[in-house]
Amino acid sequence: MSTTDITLTAVEDSETTPLTPGQIFRKRLFGHTGFLIGASIILLIVLVAIFAPLIAPHDPYVQSLSTRMLPPVWSEGGTWEHILGTDQNGRDYLARLIYGTRVSITIGIGAASVGLVIGVTLGVMAGYFGGWIDHAISFLLTAQLALPGLLLAMALVFIIGPSIWVVIGIVGVLHWTYYLVVTRAATQRIRNLDFVAAAKASGASSRQIIWHEILPNLASAIIVIFTFELGIAILAESSLSFLGVGIQPPTPSWGLMIAEGKQAMFYRPWLVILPGICLFLLVIGANLMGDGLRDITSPEGRNE
Amino acid sequence: MLRYIALRGALALAVAFTVSLAAFLLLNVAGDPAQAIAGEDATPEVIEAIRARYGLDQPLTVRYFEWLGGVLQGDFGESYYWHKPVAELVVDRADETIALALSALSVTILIALPLGALAALNPNSWIDRFALGVAVSAQAVPNFWLGLIMIILFGVMMPIFPVSGDSTWKHFVLPAFVLGASSVPAVMRLTRTGLIEVMGADYIRTARSKGFRGWPLLRRHAMRNALLPVISVLAVQLGQKFGGSVITESIFAINGLGRLALESILGMDIPTVQMLIFVFAIVFVAMNLLADILNAALDPRIRIG
Repeated sequence: MSTTDITLTAVEDSETTPLTPGQIFRKRLFGHTGFLIGASIILLIVLVAIFAPLIAPHDPYVQSLSTRMLPPVWSEGGTWEHILGTDQNGRDYLARLIYGTRVSITIGIGAASVGLVIGVTLGVMAGYFGGWIDHAISFLLTAQLALPGLLLAMALVFIIGPSIWVVIGIVGVLHWTYYLVVTRAATQRIRNLDFVAAAKASGASSRQIIWHEILPNLASAIIVIFTFELGIAILAESSLSFLGVGIQPPTPSWGLMIAEGKQAMFYRPWLVILPGICLFLLVIGANLMGDGLRDITSPEGRNE
Repeated sequence: MLRYIALRGALALAVAFTVSLAAFLLLNVAGDPAQAIAGEDATPEVIEAIRARYGLDQPLTVRYFEWLGGVLQGDFGESYYWHKPVAELVVDRADETIALALSALSVTILIALPLGALAALNPNSWIDRFALGVAVSAQAVPNFWLGLIMIILFGVMMPIFPVSGDSTWKHFVLPAFVLGASSVPAVMRLTRTGLIEVMGADYIRTARSKGFRGWPLLRRHAMRNALLPVISVLAVQLGQKFGGSVITESIFAINGLGRLALESILGMDIPTVQMLIFVFAIVFVAMNLLADILNAALDPRIRIG
């Protein structure tokens, strides 16, 4: 055997070496346009939320009678001092929009996490134990779906007294059905697989099996739902704040800013349009990221 | 078939009453209704008097069963705010919301079905991508914002449709569009996937080989099967339109149940809120039941199984 032959086989070998799961995952992740767009939007907004005090050109709470309802810089009368203009109290609109990311992101993550804990707990219990527990939880699911969510959320937030924590709690408590449906079905499937039977045979308790065998296998599905629920919770908060039963003034919430801008929307339409665009971008970012993650993590592979 | 309907009906009723119980408990545990009616700075005596006047001094379970007993006789209690029977208030305002929900559903059908069908017949074409774009955007647009944008557009720039009130059919065009748009993504996607699946089936190939093409093929062979799941989703969406009316009605000043809901929440009128939650839940459950029955009637496999 000559040396050339050896090098040739070596080259061939390196070409046919299967990619590690991590490499495949990364390849899929960066090859999915929708995911890339969505993740970039979310990353950008999260960075803005974290660094809001550094980026914001003004204090979002400082009112000024002399600079009320200035138009954005591209309209007539706009100034570079207030690039996106000012609101009815003379507060810089760009600064308020920037600080608004904090409200949306906090409530989105908070409420989606509350829903996650409730939905995954119920879903795993229903799927793992089956029998009457499954029936009871399925009935609960049907009842929850029949509940007019927005209406009940409005009433509860208003009665308890609106604050950011109340909004997170109530929105979260009313949004767990999606987690339940998916984790229940997945648990039913995993429960019957060999490695669970092996764990059972080696004497593991139900608790150990759920924590060590079932939950790790649900992780990717849960992350996908969490991403979608982020968008749903953000929309729910903005609706509540818009109707006056969510975040209260003077906190800059995009939904509340739209409600405040409504009075002047015919001659100052940007007061309504700008926060709406922010909400749209954030939610579409979450949805695209969720769609992407679902495609990437699904066993059938990508959906290109 | 009758047995199936009876079983589903019983389950639906059980769900509706569970919802009413949950709503009752949540609303009464969350705050003190007597304190709410009396106002912030009422004296303890006044609050006590109100508690006795509305029977709020009774234990919660007693009050729930009293409420339930009343409901079974068609009595939903008296409004704290309007001082009228709640049932009267709700019946008075139901027409507007029913009209809004039905016209919103028509908008959904008019947009989602043709778009979904066109996308399915031309997969991966520009129209398919356009349809996907519409679905993704419609899912991310805040409903109330879309409503305000419509008001800005049609109130000032193109005054074709009125933007406030409920006196003529024209008043319902914009609200129906806004409320209907929220169901477009789900219905469109289902139409598309259903139709793509059906178009690949053997019997369509047979029909094609017999010379059927284009519209006749779609109408006589494909649509019927593809629309089966769509019909049940439409029924479910109609049920959701009632709960969704809160935002649309308050933006377009329609005097229906959604606006009544907002007013009664801001007025701490718990009996009215309680009845509205119950009514919306009943409508939702009834629409789901209708969807199940339609499915069973149209697809014999479900009936037997």
